[in-house]
Amino acid sequence: MSSVTSDARASGGPVPGAGRGRRPGRGLPVQRLLGVAGILGFLATWELIPRLGIINERFLPPASEVIAALALDFGLTAFWVSVGETMKAWFLGLIIAVSLAVLLGFIIGSSSFLRKATNSTVEFLRPIPSVALIPLAVLLFGVKIESSLMLITYAAFWQVLIQVLYGVADVDMVASNTARTYGLGWMARIRYVVFPTALPYLMTGIRLAATVALVLAITAELVIGSPGLGREIALAQSGGAISGMYALVLATGLIGVLINVLMRFIEKKTLSWHSSVRSEVVV
Amino acid sequence: MKALKTLAYVLALPALLVLAWWASTLGSVNFFVPTPAALVEKFGEVWFGPRFFSDVLPSIARLLIGVVAAIVIGVVGGVLIGSVAWLRALLEPTLEFFRAIPPPVLVPVLILLMGITDSMKIAVIISGCVWPVLLNTIEGVRAVDGVLSDSAHTYGIDGWARVRYLVLPSASPQILAGVRQSLSLGLILMVISEMFASSSGLGFTIVQFQRSFAIPEMWSGIVVLGLLGVAMSFIFQWAERNILRWYHGQKEVENAA
Repeated sequence: MSSVTSDARASGGPVPGAGRGRRPGRGLPVQRLLGVAGILGFLATWELIPRLGIINERFLPPASEVIAALALDFGLTAFWVSVGETMKAWFLGLIIAVSLAVLLGFIIGSSSFLRKATNSTVEFLRPIPSVALIPLAVLLFGVKIESSLMLITYAAFWQVLIQVLYGVADVDMVASNTARTYGLGWMARIRYVVFPTALPYLMTGIRLAATVALVLAITAELVIGSPGLGREIALAQSGGAISGMYALVLATGLIGVLINVLMRFIEKKTLSWHSSVRSEVVV
Repeated sequence: MKALKTLAYVLALPALLVLAWWASTLGSVNFFVPTPAALVEKFGEVWFGPRFFSDVLPSIARLLIGVVAAIVIGVVGGVLIGSVAWLRALLEPTLEFFRAIPPPVLVPVLILLMGITDSMKIAVIISGCVWPVLLNTIEGVRAVDGVLSDSAHTYGIDGWARVRYLVLPSASPQILAGVRQSLSLGLILMVISEMFASSSGLGFTIVQFQRSFAIPEMWSGIVVLGLLGVAMSFIFQWAERNILRWYHGQKEVENAA
C-alpha cells in the first residue's frame, strides 16, 4: 500500500498535496477500460464454453442465461428475503464478535500479566476452524439463525481480537508515560492514548472479519440449512434449477464485493486523520 | 526459575479451563457436554483405529494436495500477471470478483460439474485457496522496489534469475500472508466438501456422529479438527520464520532506527 503513495509522489501528481495517497489521474481511464474489458472477456469465454459444447449446457449454462436469471431474481421478493436473512446473520454476528473482541482485547491487552497468561490459550483456540462447530451448532440450535450466529461470531471474533491485541501492544511508551505524568486516569488513557493507536489495527481486523463473517454465514446456510442465500443455492442445485444456482452464486459474489467496498470506505473515513500510519499497517 | 515461570504462563489458563470443565460436568449429567475423561477415552477409541486410515489420512491428503496446488498456481500466475502491467489491469477486477465469492458456494457448483469425487473435493480446496495467494502475489510482485529492479536490470539479471533472486524474495512476505489465509480456508473447505456430499472423511464422520447423537464421539471429532488447525498453524509459523528470517531482521533494524 505504501508503494501507491510513493508512486503518486514519484511521478509528480498534477497538484502537489491534492492527490495525497492517490494515483495520478491520467493513468486511470485506461486501467478502468482494461478492467472492464477483462470482465467482458471473461463473460464472453463463459458464454462460449457451453455454446461450443466444451462443457454440457446442462451443467454450465451460458453467461447470458445466468445473468437473465439473476435479473429475474432481482424482481422477486423471495430473493430479497433470502438476501436479508443472510445479511442479518452477517451483521449481527459481526457486531457480537467485534464488541466481544474489542472489550476483551482492551482488557487483556492493557495488562501484560493477562497477555502472557492468555497467549497460549488464544494461540490454541484461534486456528480451530469454525466449521468444526457446525455439528454442535446444529445440536444446540437446529436450523435457526442462532447456529449461523455461533459460527460467524466464533470465526470473526479471533480476527478482531488478534488485531486489537497487536494494536494495544503498539502504544508508544513515551505517549503512554506522558499521559500518566499528566495524571490521566485509566479511562482517559484508554480513550486518548490506547484507542487512537489501536484504531487502525481494529479497522483492519473488522475488515478481515467482515469477509470471514460472510463466508461463514453462507456456509452455515449451505450446510446446516438455516434460511438465507446459501440454503437457496443448495435447494436450487438439488432441484435442478441450474441457471438459478449460478445466478445465486453470482449474487453472493456481488455481496462480497459490496462488503469489501463498504469496509474500505468506512476504514478510509474513520482513519482519514491517520493515513500515514495506516499505509504501514495495511501491508 | 525463569523457564518455570514461562511454563506456568503457558499452562495455567488451559489447566484452569479444563478444571472448570471437569468441575461443571462432575455432578450433573449434561447430555451435550461429556466429561473430560469420557472425551479422552472416546478420542483414543474413535480415531486411533481403522478410521485413522479410512477417514483422517485421506482428508489430510486431499487438503495437502489442494493447498499445495493452490499455492503453486497462485504464485506462478501471480508472478506472470504481476510482471505485465496491462495483463494486471485487464484481469484484476475479474479476479477481485472471484475472490469476493464466498468459496463454500463453489461446492454445489463443482459437484454439478465434476460429480462427487475426490478430485471434486480437491478442486473445491484449490478454487477457494488460490485467490488469496494469487492476489497477494500480484500485489507483492507489483511492489518490488524500483531501485532494486533497475539495478538487477543494469547487471543484466533477467528471465528466470530475476524471478528467483529478485521478484520472489521481494514478494515473499506478501505471498506468505496469502498462504496463511489460504491454509485456514483450505481446512474449512475440506470439512465443508465432506459435510455437504461425501461418504467418508473427517467432515462426514463428524456429521454422522452428530446425526446419530453420539455426542462424545462428535466432540472428539471437533477436537481432531481443532488439533489439525493448530498443527497447521504451528507448521506455517515455523516455515514463515525460516523463509522470512531476513525480512523480520530487516524490520527489526528499521524499527530500531
